[in-house]
Amino acid sequence: MNLKKYKIDFKNKKRLIPQVLTISFIIFVIAYFSYNAQINMGNRGISFGYGFLSQEASFDITFSMIDYDGSYSYGRAFLVGLLNTLLVSIIGIILCTVLGVTIGIGRLSQNYLIAKAAEWYVEIFRNIPLLLQIFFWYYGALRLLPLPENAINFNDISYLTIKGWYVPKFIWTNFSIFLLSVVVSIFAIFYVFNYAKKQREEIGKHVPAGFISLGIIIIIPMITFLVGGVSLNFQYPELNQLSDTVYNFKGGVSIIPELISLALALSMYTATFVAENVRAGIEGVGKGQKEAAASIGLTRGQILKLVVMPQALRIIIPPTTNQYLNLTKNSSLAAAIAYPDIVLVFAGTALMQTGRAIEIISITMGTYLFLSLTISVLMNSYNKKMAIKEK
Amino acid sequence: MIKSIKTWILVGFASLLLVACGQSGGGAGSKKSKTLENTKKAGFVKCGVSQGLPGFSNADASGNWTGIDVDVCRAVAAAVLGDADKVKYTPLSAKERFTALTSGEIDVLARNTTWTLSRDADIGLTFVGVNFYDGQGFMVRKNSGINSVNDFKNGISACTNTGTTTELNMRDFFNSKKISYEPIAFEKADEVVQAYDAGRCDTYTTDKSGLAAQRTKMSNPDEHKVLPETISKEPLGPVVRQGDAVWEDIVRWSLNTMIEAEEYGVNSSNASSLKDSENPAIKRLVGSEGELGAAFGLDNEWSLRIIEQVGNYGESYKKHIADTGILPNRGPNELWTKGGILYVPPAR
Repeated sequence: MNLKKYKIDFKNKKRLIPQVLTISFIIFVIAYFSYNAQINMGNRGISFGYGFLSQEASFDITFSMIDYDGSYSYGRAFLVGLLNTLLVSIIGIILCTVLGVTIGIGRLSQNYLIAKAAEWYVEIFRNIPLLLQIFFWYYGALRLLPLPENAINFNDISYLTIKGWYVPKFIWTNFSIFLLSVVVSIFAIFYVFNYAKKQREEIGKHVPAGFISLGIIIIIPMITFLVGGVSLNFQYPELNQLSDTVYNFKGGVSIIPELISLALALSMYTATFVAENVRAGIEGVGKGQKEAAASIGLTRGQILKLVVMPQALRIIIPPTTNQYLNLTKNSSLAAAIAYPDIVLVFAGTALMQTGRAIEIISITMGTYLFLSLTISVLMNSYNKKMAIKEK
Repeated sequence: MIKSIKTWILVGFASLLLVACGQSGGGAGSKKSKTLENTKKAGFVKCGVSQGLPGFSNADASGNWTGIDVDVCRAVAAAVLGDADKVKYTPLSAKERFTALTSGEIDVLARNTTWTLSRDADIGLTFVGVNFYDGQGFMVRKNSGINSVNDFKNGISACTNTGTTTELNMRDFFNSKKISYEPIAFEKADEVVQAYDAGRCDTYTTDKSGLAAQRTKMSNPDEHKVLPETISKEPLGPVVRQGDAVWEDIVRWSLNTMIEAEEYGVNSSNASSLKDSENPAIKRLVGSEGELGAAFGLDNEWSLRIIEQVGNYGESYKKHIADTGILPNRGPNELWTKGGILYVPPAR
């Protein structure tokens, strides 16, 4: 702990007293409220404890990435909720970054139509409350989708219906060998990039690292199909009749509409903020930098890639980290449309069935805190990497 | 390191906030009822109701709450404060209801809540009685060709409310039938209705009274029907916090008075004229004999006020459930003397 920064002089009593007072006040407040809570809970016959986590949950969840049904424990239900929260957050973060960067660059385009369209996008989606956007996608847009018997058919491979988007299921044989080949390819690519850098810096030779890498990632896994006994089959969804007018799709994987609308709403909303960050970052790079780059004969693409973006990223990353955090936290609005995230499953159903409000809310808050801090740490380390290195 | 200290402080404050919410409300174990005292001081009964379930608790266009659950709160207000209108209603989702009660935000929960062992014993609640005997059923579209729960097949999707016994019964039911299903659980009843109405799910399951009431909200109620089977027992009744025995008795006997009044033929229009009745049971009900109110610190006309201002159970049922077309037939919710199972201990 770097206490020096705060100039605490442990020998000087005048300075020490306020610190001690602050700390004892905080301890007093915490102690007072926890004591009070204990007394009140005791009076009402409410016990406190985390033992319920191992009890049978006895409720089912629409959508889970791990094996789960009601015979598993509340702890497992928590894990299902957490993974679902992570899933929608990761999808949201990827989509909002792609969309945000595109629109951010679009806003600076010389093309009047593109620039204006990007501006309108930002102004519209930024200024409508997120919950309304979620409702719009779920109760508005996705409700217009047809019932399974009239599904929108993508070439008999994939079907879009009001009950979800049905896509083929991948059925692998010897998946582990395939996975290993991908890992090997990634290591190989690292090596190629390092080699290319060395060549460039030492003898000024240009090695087309990008093309070589592309070749590696395609060819090595392909070889496993030919000689490694790896094969991939698809199980296509099929229309299945349940009764006179009730249909669903059997086989394949169903992407539930709750996930689609939540991911869409979260990423389209957050993309506006990312776009503004990107625009601010690019505009924040001095004009002289671009002119200097142009004067040594770099092309426009090269200027953006080699001169502008590295400097712009320093401005873009910190506020964008905040947006990623917001997106993750905002995913808790899932409860409004029955997407089984941690809030709906754990702080909702599990809380209701067990009545353990303090325990469950504390776990849920701790989880979000942990998620946010993890994202912060990751983004901070990336930021450090991009920051100016004084030599 | 500084950061982690900040984090801890944040966690500390967050838990404080939580705990602080659990503060106010009934003192426990004391002979006097703190809830009663607080209610008299505030001048209204704090009552938790649903977010809108026709027949049980539903607000009209001008914000007046009506329904048989609402009538329980009105009865308590009439008994305790002398005016059935002195109730403050708090609409609660299924998820919020118990926390609202245990934290003291409300003093009576009259929100079509099923009486179960774990709720009664585990989470600081006490059920005081049953004001509606219900059971869980399924609603499907009429043209679906599903005429019984035996027509359900693997892959059916079912919408329901999260945090309810319904969610658990549904699992028990489909498991026992060995049918795989897709459960979709929404927080608000209106959201369930919308999702089912739009075709997101093939069946909608909740208490049968709820199905009948929600059907009226569908875009085309005639296209839907409730399947004949009942898959669970759902005794719905008012709930109070554990630890205030006097308040518990007041709520219990306010409800019992309404049912007993029906049994003895005492209703809102004839109650005051029955003061000189021959029947001592009736005289006790209208307060002209005995000192029954004293036991919970009320005057002797508490029960008369309930009957006069709110009516007996039969009147309440007719007005809110039968005449609104939700469930014209009283079924089990008929007096025991008429073939139902409504049976309350004698008020004496």
